[in-house]
Amino acid sequence: MELAIGQRLRMGSVGVWNSISPYLGGLGVASLVVSFLVGLFYNMILAWILWYFFHSFQNPLPWRDCPLNLNRTGWVSECEKSSSVNYFWYRETLNITPNIETSGSVQWWLVLCLASAWCLVYICFIRGIETIGKAIYVTATFPYLVLTIFLVRSLTLAGATDGLIYLFTPNWETLKNPEVWLDAATQIFFSLSLAFGGLIAFSSYNAQKNNCERDALIVGCVNSFTSIYASIPIFAILGFKANENYNDCKNWNILTLTNSFNIGDENITLENYDDWFKYLNTTDPSEVKSLNLKTCNLQTFLDQSASGTGLAFIVFTEAVIKMPGSQVWAVLFFIMLFSLGLSSMFGNLEGVLTPLLDLHMIPPWIPKEIFTGLICLTSFTVALIFTLGSGNYWLEIFNSYVGSMPLLIIAFFEIISVVYIYGINKFNDDIEWMSGRRPNIYWQATWRFISPFMLLVVFVAYVVVEAEKQPTYNAWNPDYVQFPLADVQPYPEWVFVICVLLSVLPVVSIPLVALYKLMGFLKKYIMNRHNQNPYTNE
Amino acid sequence: MLEKIFVLLCLPSALAHQLCTPGASDGYKVRLSIKTALGDQAYVWNENEMFLFRATLAFAMRTHFNGQTYNVSNIVVCDETPRVSFWFVVTSPLDTSQLVSREDVEEAVRKSRNRINSAFLLTDKTLEFIGIAPTLAAPVYPDPPPWLIVFGVIMGAVGAGIIILLVTSVLQKKRKKNEKNVKLTKHFHGTEWDVNQQETDYRVTVGNPPAVSSVVAYCSSVPTLNAMLQ
Repeated sequence: MELAIGQRLRMGSVGVWNSISPYLGGLGVASLVVSFLVGLFYNMILAWILWYFFHSFQNPLPWRDCPLNLNRTGWVSECEKSSSVNYFWYRETLNITPNIETSGSVQWWLVLCLASAWCLVYICFIRGIETIGKAIYVTATFPYLVLTIFLVRSLTLAGATDGLIYLFTPNWETLKNPEVWLDAATQIFFSLSLAFGGLIAFSSYNAQKNNCERDALIVGCVNSFTSIYASIPIFAILGFKANENYNDCKNWNILTLTNSFNIGDENITLENYDDWFKYLNTTDPSEVKSLNLKTCNLQTFLDQSASGTGLAFIVFTEAVIKMPGSQVWAVLFFIMLFSLGLSSMFGNLEGVLTPLLDLHMIPPWIPKEIFTGLICLTSFTVALIFTLGSGNYWLEIFNSYVGSMPLLIIAFFEIISVVYIYGINKFNDDIEWMSGRRPNIYWQATWRFISPFMLLVVFVAYVVVEAEKQPTYNAWNPDYVQFPLADVQPYPEWVFVICVLLSVLPVVSIPLVALYKLMGFLKKYIMNRHNQNPYTNE
Repeated sequence: MLEKIFVLLCLPSALAHQLCTPGASDGYKVRLSIKTALGDQAYVWNENEMFLFRATLAFAMRTHFNGQTYNVSNIVVCDETPRVSFWFVVTSPLDTSQLVSREDVEEAVRKSRNRINSAFLLTDKTLEFIGIAPTLAAPVYPDPPPWLIVFGVIMGAVGAGIIILLVTSVLQKKRKKNEKNVKLTKHFHGTEWDVNQQETDYRVTVGNPPAVSSVVAYCSSVPTLNAMLQ
């Protein structure tokens, strides 16, 4: 639907909604604000990717070993308790503070990476859609190439089949949890970039007679196919990592048994471990008990796979150091992530730039290059919050509060306004004029009833679920009793106010603009009536 | 007479054995993992290897205490196990009933750890002295850090690219202005004069193929990244 209206009305999000009805201009502004806010924190992720990319050109990779402590007899305690990969991410990259109240200082290396990320974005974005169109040829095809390489490599690793079995066996228990469905709904919104205004902006550059229905189908199918195609090497590599951890766990047990019972070196192997264990347990159970052997279960290792930033920067980097030729894989992986993120940034920035250009809000004497530069500069300055010690916590806040609820609300209003305010029949005629075909019963049913209803259900469920529990976050606190487990802290009051503000700010423009236009209309109406009276009296 | 000689001969070794006990306060436990280190080329641990160990340790003591002549007999070993682990104590060369203190032995071993390891083709991990932490090799930090070098290269390229693009666009604008001036002067006397011709909708000038593919590409790339990062 967004593709169609963008193509028909040939304007960015603000212009489109203004054309449909002046009272709905707020929708466009909401999309603009959401795109801007998302662009802020998204580029921080790109900065982290760049940091890891710069560090992948060393031998050995810096996240492989823990740094030594002061008297060189062992490792830094924080690193020993967690792992070298965790330490590199939380301490050397983020230098994270124990909670969100302590802001810490600005980390200069992150500022450098953020600046370079914004410069790279700027150079692709410098002339707007012209340069983006060319850059996207590279940034969209390269990830598929790298994914294929990873697919081939990962399927040859030991333990890959365990990961794939884990991926494809459905766990019916999780499907019963409504939060999973909520997360999936918001995720598909974020994934298809609906309600960002980016789709409208991009499709406004299409030819008028382009077949947008076909485009929409292609986008949906390619999206799902890519998700599945990408998850295969990811889970194969996760299976490999779980297998390695499982073997390490078992080997630790073997070493402990060998040392305490003074059995010959390498007599206990992975294969005969169980027999030996049984034998030793029967001969000397108290000794065996005192050793505190770990229980090694492959399933627990498979379940440990994280999601979010943890997946890319912790789990994957750990897997990469175990593969031979680590530098090559690390470089390839981070270039792929960077080009993926770059194409997403294009959409966000187009969602910001195109409406501003269409509204002719910039004076014509400012060339486009300077204007795009100004946008990048402002975003960079505001995004410096994320380079603080507590930056990661703020990023999580932005991620969960900007990228979920406002999108649902905006999408709901979009579909209601197109179907009921603009008129579904007029819309059908437009699509027939553009693509030569009237949209069939599937589209009619979903646009009129199914989609608005589902959006409402998801939104209400989301609010209910979120309102029930107090929002908490996972803090990395080395002084925590159960470190390295995450220290679950509730958000302080002022932070919670900011969260609510972030959710409400984009959406508040919808009623505000409607009210503003209504006031203007009322004023004109009253003035007209005032002016009419002198004439009728005459 | 003969018994006395017999007792006298046995006394030192008996004394020595009494000095060396598992858990002795001045002794250390040593653990070797030969098969783990050498795999197929592992040698069998026998008396000759033990002799070499005692000799190497005597060498270490001699190197540390410059002047005191330690001998193989000063290193007393006991409690050998099939693991290949055993306890040892070091007796003083001046008085065989006196043990050298724990700290001195530790320092001597630390100093010559590398030589001891290489005598047995083992490493710090496979030849363990329980209680003596190995001095880990200091990591090499090249100066300047390599990531700054990569950063500098990439930023240099990007900066150059930005400057080039800005300069070309300025030049393009100048060229367009010149052309427009030429057109103006030409058409001034003609009928078709369109000075107020607004810049045509920039959508027309941009061209369509990139836009269509960009929609598809954009929508396919976002889910992959989000699958990894959300």
